[in-house]
Amino acid sequence: MESTMNNSSAASFGNPLAQPSRDSLEIERRGTRSLRRRRLFQSTMFWLFRGAAFINGLALAIVLYFLLVRGWRAINWTFLTEPPMDSMTRGGILPCIVGTACLGIGAILIALPIGVASAVYLHEYARPGKVIRIIRLGINNLAGVPSVVFGLFGLAFFVVYLKMGVSILAGALTLGAMSLPVIIGSAEEALRAVPDTYREASLGLGATKWQTIRRVVLPAAMPGVLTGAILGLSRAAGETAPIMFTAAVFYTPTLPSSIFDEIMALPYHIYVLATAGTEIEATRHLQYGTALVLIALVLGLNLLAILYRARIQKKF
Amino acid sequence: MENNGTTKVNINNLQFYYGDFHALTDISLKFAANQVTALIGPSGCGKSTLLRCINRMNDLIPRTSVQGEIMYAGNNIYHPSVDVVTLRRHIGMVFQKPNPFPKTIYENIAYGLRVNGVKDRTYIGERVERSLRRAALWEEVKDRLNESALGLSGGQQQRLCIARALAVEPDVLLMDEPASALDPIATQKIEELIHELKDSLTIIIVTHNMQQAARVSDVTAFFYLGRLIEDGPTDAIFTRPNLKQTSDYITGRFG
Repeated sequence: MESTMNNSSAASFGNPLAQPSRDSLEIERRGTRSLRRRRLFQSTMFWLFRGAAFINGLALAIVLYFLLVRGWRAINWTFLTEPPMDSMTRGGILPCIVGTACLGIGAILIALPIGVASAVYLHEYARPGKVIRIIRLGINNLAGVPSVVFGLFGLAFFVVYLKMGVSILAGALTLGAMSLPVIIGSAEEALRAVPDTYREASLGLGATKWQTIRRVVLPAAMPGVLTGAILGLSRAAGETAPIMFTAAVFYTPTLPSSIFDEIMALPYHIYVLATAGTEIEATRHLQYGTALVLIALVLGLNLLAILYRARIQKKF
Repeated sequence: MENNGTTKVNINNLQFYYGDFHALTDISLKFAANQVTALIGPSGCGKSTLLRCINRMNDLIPRTSVQGEIMYAGNNIYHPSVDVVTLRRHIGMVFQKPNPFPKTIYENIAYGLRVNGVKDRTYIGERVERSLRRAALWEEVKDRLNESALGLSGGQQQRLCIARALAVEPDVLLMDEPASALDPIATQKIEELIHELKDSLTIIIVTHNMQQAARVSDVTAFFYLGRLIEDGPTDAIFTRPNLKQTSDYITGRFG
């Protein structure tokens, strides 16, 4: 298509019998060079944008390649199903996998209901005003709080003040608090995407506002809400700072039996092996192996979010 | 009015404001039972606003206010004692764009019954069929009741929305340009439907299409700049309007 348009005669457009006016020819004569330059500029910009988009994919590919090459040897059945042994130089990381799973599930069980309820209030019920502005300011600032500050808050409030001790519960609450802004944000986005015509149709049939939200708005927003929740969860699952004071310990060979138990967790385990162990060099492959498991978990969760969304969208 | 039926909805000195903007001025209009009333006028004349006052759909828009009264079944619907949820069950609405819920065809129709507390499945099933039949859609969808309503064509979706409104057995049906997003054949089906439905309902329809107003309505009311300019039997409005403004609009000289 592009090449046929390089012919700069007006006669090549439209009706060949039409005689181009003098002014038209004049514009064309004056414009020929600038058209070429415009084309060149356009394709340069296009390649820049394309390059920028490729860098994203490339970054992920490099990270994955690096982890796969260095961590691949560590991955085997024992690694995935047994606790660490011999000062963590051998054995597996089962307690870390279980710990991270517990923390992730706990965080989402806490943050999803609160987050969705907040989003419903903010988007469906709240009348704009000072109170809402303050709440929004709070949520936005919560999103900007560094994760280590959440860790210290969790230590001071859940672990010490509420006497939960270093436990799954304290860690899950801390991670949940950290995920809240993300979950509220994505839930609000999903609610905003539900057309007002659905709300009007429902109210027009004699449904109450709550029935409209419960039966029409939330189901329509669910794919977006859950996708956001899973993305928030995968973020939280990879965090180290919020759990290092609240839930995770250096080493525990047993799996947790209640939510008040302390646990090992994948990100903290990597941190420990890489900085605080006695055999830092000897456990390199275990560090990469653990990192590989963690990133597989996170990417797996993201994939789940994508598949889930696609499935729901196909259905309706 | 030819039928001289009883008045179903009676609007007295209605004023409506969007913030400071006076959108409807001094509207007084009666809607007779079992008749179709067309509200016509150029864009922005307030006809849709008036329609949405009758089931208080404008309550959803912030910073609006209403004065005057709309009498329905012996009550002013804007009186604090009137329950807007109940009102909307009795005064149904069909919107400009077909807006079926992203649910199955069956669930779209059953929705209104369910939110109004009906649990009996057999009864809901009967009502679904009856409503679809009344909306002349049953034959086309009876084998695919459990498929998504979003898979229907635009015209079918709009008839589904009419069936959905009919399922809760409204007394008055408000239609806001119900055929403006549809092709001529689908439009014709909607118009035929309006003809059949007026035996059991009072219909108020907003339309931009003069021929449509002439074809479907018994009474026509012409609005301009938030005021009711002229109203009367459709025949009279279209053949010998009292005001030049009305005839100019109807004949397409402005608007």
